[in-house]
Amino acid sequence: MSPRAAWRLDSLGFREVYDYAAGKADWLAAGLPTGGSLASQARAGGLARPDVPTCRLGDRLAEARKRMQATGVDVCIVVSEEGVVLGRVNEEALQADADTPVESVMEPGPSTFRPNVPLEEMAGYMRKHGMASAVITTSEGRLAGVLYRQDAEQRATSRLMGRRGRHRSGRADADGNSPH
Amino acid sequence: MAPKQVDREGVRALLARGAHLVEVLPNREYEDEHLPGAINIPLKELDREAPKRLRRDRPVIVYCYDCQ
Repeated sequence: MSPRAAWRLDSLGFREVYDYAAGKADWLAAGLPTGGSLASQARAGGLARPDVPTCRLGDRLAEARKRMQATGVDVCIVVSEEGVVLGRVNEEALQADADTPVESVMEPGPSTFRPNVPLEEMAGYMRKHGMASAVITTSEGRLAGVLYRQDAEQRATSRLMGRRGRHRSGRADADGNSPH
Repeated sequence: MAPKQVDREGVRALLARGAHLVEVLPNREYEDEHLPGAINIPLKELDREAPKRLRRDRPVIVYCYDCQ
């Protein structure tokens, strides 16, 4: 649709027209701010922990273990120089010899999710698939953080309770009664 | 000058230059969520609205949901 709009503006005499073809999907996937009625929706990127330990393909397992222990996080994300996610080292992998290269024990090509996925949707998906955590990346594949199911479920539940509370007090107000 | 493709960083640079940012999707989709500072001119209304709402001496960026 946007290419047609761009060419139409060109034909209408606009001299400098640009087509952002990747569009809203690209902007949202980068976790950038937006306006509109859904802008305040809780999303995966907002609750993902950005300070997760990372390592490189050539690192030894001992290094990944040290970083995981230092941060108290049960996963280490393997990234390229550009920060693109290549794999993840889970706690089970720590059983291997400390000199083992990370590359040989990592889970290659882990599933990743975009920062704009609604939190409630993420919580449901992670529950259904038995995932304790999920790697969140930008549309370029760069690490944005790790979302924990426990965090997602807690937030989703508290938002749901908040909405119910507002609905209840809204009805009470409409009836002319105080909630208390 | 023919329209040019622009990426996310290019959008930011053009906005800093004072470009118009126009979402050409229907109004309901714009109301749900749009890029900061964007105005809404649905594609079907472009002929009528663009000359009224956009200046020809400023860059104009158009976008929809994605490249599909």
